[in-house]
Order: sequence, then structure tokens, then C-alpha cells
Amino acid sequence: MSAVARAIVEPGFFENGPVQIALAVSAVVSLVVSALGVITVIRGQAFAGHSLADIGAAGGSGALLVGVGPLWGFFLLALAGAGAMELVGADRRRSRDLATGIVLGAGLGLAALFLYLDSRLANASGATSTILFGSIFAISSATIPVVIAVGAAALTLIAAIYRPLLLSSLSRDLAAARGVRVRLVGGLYLAALAAAVALSCLATGAILSTALLIGPAAGALRLTRRPGMAVIVSAAIAIASSCVGVLLAYDSYYWPPAGHGWPASFFIVVLTVLAYLAASAFASRTRRAA
Amino acid sequence: MTAGRATTAGEGVPPGGEEVLRVDGVSVTIDTREILRGVTFSLAAGELVGLIGANGAGKTTLLRVILGLATANVGTVVIDGAARTRPGASIGYVPQKFELDPDMPLRARDLVALGIDGERYGLTLPSRARRERVRSALRAVGAEHLAQARVGELSGGEQQRVLIAHALVRGPRLLLLDEPLANLDLSAAQEVVALLGRLTRERQVAVLISAHDINPLLPVMDRVLYLANGRAAVGTTDEVVRADSLSALYGHHVDVLRLHGRVLVVAGPGDASGVDITLGDHGDGEALELHE
Amino acid sequence: MFSGFMVNTWIVASVVAVLAGLVGFFVVLRGAAFAAHAVPNGSIAGAASAGLLGISVLAGLAVFSLLGAIAIAVLATRDRHDIAVALTLVLMLAVGALLLSFSSGYAPATYSLLFGEILGVSRAELGPTVGLALASLAVLAVLYRPLLLSSVLPEVSEARGIAALRIDLCFLVCVALVTTMTVPVVGTTLIFSLMVGPPGAARSLTKSPAAALVLSVMIALATVWLAIAAAYDLDLPVGFLVGVLAACAYAGGRGWATLRRGRAAVARA
Repeated sequence: MSAVARAIVEPGFFENGPVQIALAVSAVVSLVVSALGVITVIRGQAFAGHSLADIGAAGGSGALLVGVGPLWGFFLLALAGAGAMELVGADRRRSRDLATGIVLGAGLGLAALFLYLDSRLANASGATSTILFGSIFAISSATIPVVIAVGAAALTLIAAIYRPLLLSSLSRDLAAARGVRVRLVGGLYLAALAAAVALSCLATGAILSTALLIGPAAGALRLTRRPGMAVIVSAAIAIASSCVGVLLAYDSYYWPPAGHGWPASFFIVVLTVLAYLAASAFASRTRRAA
Repeated sequence: MTAGRATTAGEGVPPGGEEVLRVDGVSVTIDTREILRGVTFSLAAGELVGLIGANGAGKTTLLRVILGLATANVGTVVIDGAARTRPGASIGYVPQKFELDPDMPLRARDLVALGIDGERYGLTLPSRARRERVRSALRAVGAEHLAQARVGELSGGEQQRVLIAHALVRGPRLLLLDEPLANLDLSAAQEVVALLGRLTRERQVAVLISAHDINPLLPVMDRVLYLANGRAAVGTTDEVVRADSLSALYGHHVDVLRLHGRVLVVAGPGDASGVDITLGDHGDGEALELHE
Repeated sequence: MFSGFMVNTWIVASVVAVLAGLVGFFVVLRGAAFAAHAVPNGSIAGAASAGLLGISVLAGLAVFSLLGAIAIAVLATRDRHDIAVALTLVLMLAVGALLLSFSSGYAPATYSLLFGEILGVSRAELGPTVGLALASLAVLAVLYRPLLLSSVLPEVSEARGIAALRIDLCFLVCVALVTTMTVPVVGTTLIFSLMVGPPGAARSLTKSPAAALVLSVMIALATVWLAIAAAYDLDLPVGFLVGVLAACAYAGGRGWATLRRGRAAVARA
């Protein structure tokens, strides 16, 4: 019995410092991001959510250049990106898609420039990897309070505008008819999204940011029609995937190619995608049952 | 106008003209819900029939079955003598939902040209014959002056006209329109209705228009196909839109009020208390619920 | 700038721009900018693993971008398009992260794959690139009408017998083909800018689809040529210049359209 347990959870897992931080951080991030994810999926703004992560990456590398902490660079540029998307894009789905694409292109172009200058001037050649792929085990415990604070702020903002936001996401016209300031609410949502994405990027890397934002929420919305329930299910999927992912990453230290360990982001992403596929299959099957 | 031939509500005998469409005993079940039950009717050339029913009554489903986009569990669809099982090119169709971006680089004439052979592979050379066909289709719907305008910048009524031209440019025998009046204001709706009535006669097309409100169609409808509870009642307005026939159809008491030539069907209590909004566009009717 | 080794760069860049302009016309029409971004970005995994296995980078890119295109098309039948793209993208990136973690040599090679490198075109790559371009052109010519119809009126096109999955898959495969050709010059990260900016500008400048196609290609060519020239002279990364120039082109187009609409309103008054 204990042999099986030891096979699943390699020794020292729960006592390991970085692991504890990774678990804590991923839990907090999962909570914040998956809640926002439900709104994002409903609004059809998955592209914006992903773009803010990449644009934030540009900000992060720019910050490294100037010597400022990457979080602020991330956050500032992500906010600027969100603002640009709001200004440039309109309400229609297609032109919003185009506007997001343009802003993302400009942002990634900047990232190219900053990374280039980084490697030339500051000689931080690992910068590309850190910013774009991130590592959940490389977070210091000092970041935890910041993570919690920013996360709480984003969630509070969303909670404050929850009803008008949900209404305008489900039916723009209905919301406008009821006096909701659709554009204002949309803008505030993007700001909260920028904060959450910057947070998750720094804590877990750009890939995980998008994966945790979209995957659990998409899966939850296949299982339930009620947005409130979807937030809970989404958070559950996100936290479960992150924790199991961290566990597997820790275990993989002993797997080939030896000594390395596989990246946690790989496991977490695969788990969220599997969760989505399972939810989707389950939903189809229960619908077809006579 | 209407043949005035006495028919029993439920049997769709066309008033004259060649039969173009015959739907026989079509039943459709989706996710254990019986959307349509034994729908039977036929449509003749030069006849305009209104497909009336509340939202969710199965109008779009019926149209999709006719188009070959959905399969009926039971029953057949015969168009021009040939059984229909798959989508093909011979039916004119104006869909309910379409998104014509204002910035889209497509003029009205381009959209109509796509109606000629838009589904064929390979390139074609522009020719005078094609241009003339497009022009005459636009003329027939009274939209010739809009030929060079961006489709996305046209008003709702103008877009409907262009879409009708697109659907008719190849001279089909059957034209289906899914809720064409839904987003139009009163005067635009009246214009489109008058246009459709005229085109039906002139071109001898069989036309089936779905709507949730029967009133705008009253001036031009030859017969009505009323859908409720998955079942259909067919006949003239006087035959079908009556308290007794509709009560039988709905399965509970229904009142029909007539005032100044307008009809109001009061189907009774029991509407959903929440707001149902459809998320996504896959035609499988996924809806999110928002309860007040 | 036009000496020996740069000639290849100019040729390949021009070929890429022509195709990006053509495919990009449909990307913008279909609102598929996310997919256009995801397929190249996700394919970086393929390039990385190709290096590990000793296969050509082009082949790795081709396989991964095609797999991504297929995954998106299939997932999009069950859920919305942007969800399908997001999930495919993160999956491809995760695999990429895994493969990168196995290898050791990292920064310089990956940088040029991601963001472009004007000196990166070898003679050997010229042939396959032009070949791929001609194949893509042929595919686009055959698909032009049904692609246009299904992008503008998806329900009608389905009723006419064009299955949504089939046409979407063909379109995404075209995006994948463009992706495969981009490595030498522009980089996977910014190739999508070429597929979004120039067509975005073109649609503001004309209302005819044929003219928009031509303009899209011309603006893409101008963007790429300017970017290479500036990269060569100012010693800046090509990707950065492409991203910024594409955004400028789009802004220019929008500005022109607003001006024209304002002038028309004044004329009517």
C-alpha cells in the first residue's frame, strides 16, 4: 500500500519548499483566472485573453531591460494593450478579432525588440525562456503576497460589476436596453483580465495563463448552463489540474531524460485539455441518452 | 387570390400550379425532444405559404430538413419529384442569421454573383452574361441602385433584398426564407413582404416564409402552415387561424382575436420566467439561463 | 543590401508576402486572426523537435502546423472557433515547452525562429519554399469561390453542399502552408501580422473583393520590403519591424476610410 503511495507521490513532495509555494500559488492563480475565464468564454474573448499574455510578455522583457521588476512591466503593458483593444476594436465580433490581432502584432513586435536589446545590452540570454514559458517552481515566497493582492483586486472588481457584466456578455442589446453602460463594463472587464493575466503569466508562465483561463471554463460551460455554477466547476478543474500537474512534475524528476524533470506547464495544460474533452464527451452522451 | 377551395385543416392541398415541394409525415426528434411530429404539406409553384410558429416551435428545424441539413427520423421530403436527402444547389435560401460586417470588402453585386455559382471550385472569368444576370436579379428586387454599395453598410431591409436577389439569381423553383422580417422596422417589413408577393407571382416560385407573427404576411399569403407542439395545421388563414383549430393544435385553450384586420393569437400562460439566450452558433440550441 | 546572400532573403520574403496577403484576405474575412496567430506560434514545438531529431526545421514546422490546423478544424465542430484555437494552441505550446526542456542549446536558434532573421535563408531552402508557394497558390485558386461564400454566408454555403468542416480545414491548411514558409525571414511570431495588417488595411481602401486581394498583397510586399531594408540598415529584428509596420498599415487604412467617410458626409450636407 505504501509502495503504491510512494510511486504516485515521490518522497519529500509535501515537505518540499518550492513545491509548497508552487501549490499555493497555482491554487490562488487558478481561482482568479478560472473565474475570469468563464466570463471570457461567454464573451468570446479567448483571443484577447491570450493576447494580453503575450503583450504582457513584451512588457516583462521591457521591464527587465530597464531594470524594473517584470510584474510591473507585464501589468502596465497588458493594461495598455487592453486599452488599445478597446479603443481600436468595436462591438462587432469580427472587427474586434481584427483589432486584437493588430494590437497583438504590435505587442509581439515590441517583445522582439526588447528581447533583442536584452540579449545585446543586459546579456540576459535566458530571458526568452523565462518570459515566454515561465516556471512555476522558480517563484520566490516573496511574490505570494503580491499574487494574492493582485488576484483579490481583480476578483473584487469583477464581483462589483458581475450582474451588468454577465448581462451584457449574454446579450448586448438587452443590457443596453436596461441601461447598462456596456462599453464601460467591457473596459473594466478587460482591465481585470489584464491584471489576472499578468499575474498568472508571472506566476505560471504565459502558456499556463491562457490554458487556465480558457480550458477549465470551456469544460465547465459544457457541463452546466448556469454561469454561477460554471465558475465553481471551472475553479475546481483548474485547481485540480494545477495540483496534479505540480505533483507529476515533481515525480518526473526521476523520469527520463534523467535529472531534468518535465515542465509543470506541460502536465497542467494536458490535464486541462483532457478535462475539457471529457466534459465535452460527457455532455454529448447525456444529451443523446434516450 | 386564394383559391378558396374547401379543405380540411391538416391536409395541404395546393390551390393550383405544379407541385414543387412535398413534405410527408416528417418527424424530428432531437435530444429526446420531439420537435416535429408528422408534418405533412405541399407547396405549388406561384404559391406563397407562411410558416408560422412561436420561437422554438420548430420552424428552423423544418426548413433545415427541407434543405437537407437535418435528417428527419420519419417521413420524406420530395422536391420537383426527387427525394431530398443531402444539401444541393437547387433551392434558394435566405437564412435567419447572417453577419455582414460593415468593413467587409464585398459589394451587393459581388454577393449576388456568388449566388450564381459560389459553391463551385475553380476560378471563373468575369463575363458580360454574368454581369447582366446579376444586374437583372438586383433589378427584380428593386436594388439595382445598390449594386456598388458595401453589403455591410446597407440597411436591414436593403440587405434582405440583396439576399433575396442572391437566392433567386439562379432561378430556383423553391425559395425558403427564415424569419426575414425579424429585425426590420414596420415599413421595411411591408416593403419586403410586398416584394416577395410580387416575385412569387412573376417568377412562379414556390415560397415558404417563416415568421413568428402572422400579421405582416396576411396581405400576400396564399395559405398558412401553423406549427405548434410539433404538429402542423395547413390551410387558408380563415381555416387555420381559429380558436377551435389552434386549440386542437396546441392541446390547450387558445383565443384568437381579430381587430381591424389584424390577428392576435393568445396561447395562454406558461412562458419561461427566465431569459434564454443562445450561446454559440451550432444550431444545436445551447442556451444559457439567466434567472432574475 | 542586394548582394549575394541577401538575394535569397528578398525572394523568399516576397513569396511569403504574396501568400500571406492572399491567405490573410480570408483570415480577416473569417475573423480567424486567432487561428492565424496560433498555428505558427504553436508550431515552434515542431521546429524545436526537428532540431532534436536531426530533421529539417521546415519539415518539423510543416508537420506541426498541419496537425494544429486539423486539431482546430475538428475541435471547432463541437465548440466555438476561438475555444478550439485556444485549446489547440496551449497544447502545442506545452509540447513545445516539453521538447525544449529536453534540449540544451536554446537562445539564439529559437530567437531567429520566433522573430525572424534576415540572413537566415540558404540556397537549399529556396526551392522548397517556392514550390510550396506555387502549391498554395493553386489551392487558393481552386478554393476561392466556396471559401468566399462560406466566409460571407456560412448557412447558405452549407445549404449549397459545402460542408463547413471541409472548407474550414482547407482554409486552415492554407494557413499552415504559409506558416511553413515563414521561418527564414519573418519568424513564426510575426507572420500572422502579415496576414492581418495588410488585408485589414486593404478592406478599408476598397469595396471590391478582387481589388482587396490585390491591395492586400501589395501592402504585404511593401511591409516586408521596408522591414528587411530597415532591419539591414538599422540592425533591428525583422519581426519587430513587421509587427509595427503592419499595425501602421492598418491604422493608415482606417484613417483613410474615416477621412473619406467624413468628406462624403460633408459633400452630402
